[in-house]
Amino acid sequence: MIFDFQYLLDFFSANGIIKSIEICTIRHRLLKVIMSKEKMTVARAMVKCLEAEGITKIFGYPGAAICPFYDEIYNSKIQHILVRHEANAGHAASGYARITGKPAVAVATSGPGATNLITAIATAYMDSIPIIFITGQVNSFQIGKDVFQEADITGAAEPFVKHSYLVKDADSVPRIFKEAFYLSQTGRPGPILIDMPFDIQKQEVAFKYPKSVDLRSYKPSTFGNKLQIKRVIEAIKNSKKPLICVGGGAFFSNSQDKLARFSSRCEIPVVSSLMGVSALPHTHPMNFGMLGMHGVRTANIAAKNCDLLILLGARVGDRAAAAIKESEDLKVVHIDIDPAEIGKNIDADVPVVGDLSLILDQILELAPELKHEEWVEKLNSFKIIEQCDYSDDGYVHPKLFINKLNEGLPKNSIIVSDVGQNQIWTAANLHLDGGRFLTTGGMGTMGYSLPCAIGAKSADKKAEVIVICGDGSFQMMFMELATMIQHNIDVKIILMKNNKLGMVRELQTKGYGDRQIAVCLDGSPDFIQLAKAYGISAESINENSQVEGAIKSLIESKKPYVLQVIVDENQRTIIS
Amino acid sequence: MQKNDNNLNRHTISILVENRAGVLARIAGLFARRGYNIDSLAVGVTDDESVSRITIVAQGSGYTLEQIEKQLNKLIDVIKVKTLSSGRLTSRELLLIKVHANAQQRAEIMTIAEIFAAKISDMSTESITLELSANAERLANFEEILRPYGIKEIVRTGTIALEKGPSALKL
Ligand SMILES: Cc1ncc(C[n+]2csc(CCOP(=O)(O)OP(=O)(O)O)c2C)c(N)n1
Ligand SMILES: [Mg+2]
Repeated sequence: MIFDFQYLLDFFSANGIIKSIEICTIRHRLLKVIMSKEKMTVARAMVKCLEAEGITKIFGYPGAAICPFYDEIYNSKIQHILVRHEANAGHAASGYARITGKPAVAVATSGPGATNLITAIATAYMDSIPIIFITGQVNSFQIGKDVFQEADITGAAEPFVKHSYLVKDADSVPRIFKEAFYLSQTGRPGPILIDMPFDIQKQEVAFKYPKSVDLRSYKPSTFGNKLQIKRVIEAIKNSKKPLICVGGGAFFSNSQDKLARFSSRCEIPVVSSLMGVSALPHTHPMNFGMLGMHGVRTANIAAKNCDLLILLGARVGDRAAAAIKESEDLKVVHIDIDPAEIGKNIDADVPVVGDLSLILDQILELAPELKHEEWVEKLNSFKIIEQCDYSDDGYVHPKLFINKLNEGLPKNSIIVSDVGQNQIWTAANLHLDGGRFLTTGGMGTMGYSLPCAIGAKSADKKAEVIVICGDGSFQMMFMELATMIQHNIDVKIILMKNNKLGMVRELQTKGYGDRQIAVCLDGSPDFIQLAKAYGISAESINENSQVEGAIKSLIESKKPYVLQVIVDENQRTIIS
Repeated sequence: MQKNDNNLNRHTISILVENRAGVLARIAGLFARRGYNIDSLAVGVTDDESVSRITIVAQGSGYTLEQIEKQLNKLIDVIKVKTLSSGRLTSRELLLIKVHANAQQRAEIMTIAEIFAAKISDMSTESITLELSANAERLANFEEILRPYGIKEIVRTGTIALEKGPSALKL
């Protein structure tokens, strides 16, 4: 038999399924081909990519253009959590990613499914959360023809993604997934969008998941420059009133313990941005609370009086920057993974670019034991709290409520606040020892809290996960109660009802002569009945004396629970 | 303490990018949404065909320029960014200009072209089309001198530029 060896070889290599060939000649030639790359559909390969990245849960909402992918999810062990609006798939992925510390996945179909995702993409971008967004797209040969449910989602989302891919050929799929996961979690974390045309999902690909990425244009820094680290140490030694301001960067670099050691060793008080709340345990003697327009008094006094400000993974948004004194003799050390944030909102005397955790190692190697007794004592003296009026008036005082919640919370609780007055009351008064405080500090997206909590609870089934939201934000997300029930995700909800878009009402009161417009929430449903319609136990309180008992019932409930807290509509955010 | 813009200057920024679909849109989009004005833009492939070089001339303060560079560097497709030092660069634009030229004027215009070392790329009974590659000032000057004859049509490319001396912007 004449064997056209070359022909076979060409055939196999063209199809990409050849790993090695052994030829043994005994009497006839024998050909042994070792297959290494399996042939499969792209849809299947997508699922394989997710599995290779260790993904066990995804959040999404299907539609025609993403059906091939969903059909493969059917065959896999990956659990799909069906949300009730695509944006909430993204927010749930955000909560999941923030708790696992790894990229999470949100999926939607083409056109309206994809555009519904945009708010979540933008929120993840502003809050620096690693999420892989996967959207279905119309057939690749129909792109640009305005066919049914076509939307240029990579174009529309461009301002809010770290990077995006419109997949054009099947072979690139494994590489694109590998890159997407790598990009989203290295450097400054952020959302990556993969837009996947329908026809390509059904094409065949020789699947092999790459072991590494090859991106010549992307080399995020890791260690800090040694010289700069020395300058940081010098600056600390020369300072009498140093202050650390920690941001959300502490969590993704997993630097909470190192931060605690650093601040203790050098006796440096710590304040946080909204995204940095809970980076240091409340009981840590160097914790002085949240900075900023809505922060606590001591933190703002510290920021106005320090002579050295060390920014750790805090981008210093405009709101936090306003709290920092403008002066010649203030030195600023800015440590961040994103060089573009350094010097953007605030001048830095000592910029250090790199991974916060590694840089803190470098600092801890050189930092001496220091004392700043006078400075710390002075700040402590401001901590003495003015008593506020907790008289019974038919309302629950939000500060009292959060204080009581602090006492009742189990260790390692995850508190997710929404946006508005409820967020400020929570962030400024919450005391966590262990556990996490989650909120959207960068984007401030109403309706974030419940889906985020669903994601957080999916990531940590053992933790107590509690949402604190307003009556406005609740009505932007209560469809997700069904998601909780359907998937047995036991999140508890504290709904602060003031019958107002309270935060905006407060702006109108202060800045517009109390001309209140479009802030009254008359017409809202009876939230207790609503919860019950979903089969969720609920209770309402309107007296301070009821708070302790209500919190006890909430915590002790083994199932989802809604606690409605009636708050005075005229309550302010700044309450000492 | 907080950042403000002042002292506007013109900067020539060279960007090496992956030669892929959509890259130009990303860069143009970044300039638009961050409020950086582009005076001129030119794109072309380099000796390595996987890499394109974009030259952008933009105005802004030192702070804006620093932000432009940093934000460009964040784009995954951007391989390298460099602002060319203004004193030490060779910059060129290409101009095609079609002017009115009857038989009497033709010789005069051809003399001007010769002085500027412009090429004659087309001619008709009532027009002449000239081609000149030079820096922006020289082109402006050329245009001014031709204006009295009546400009029928004008088209120019964006600026391309290289730094003088042996140093090079490479991967
Ligand atoms: C999606 C979205 N729309 C509008 C806003 C503007 N906004 C910020 S706070 C707020 C009021 C929130 O009301 P509610 O949820 O009842 O909370 P409260 O302030 O009353 O505690 C609004 C409308 C926003 N942040 N997000
Ligand atoms: Mg409200």
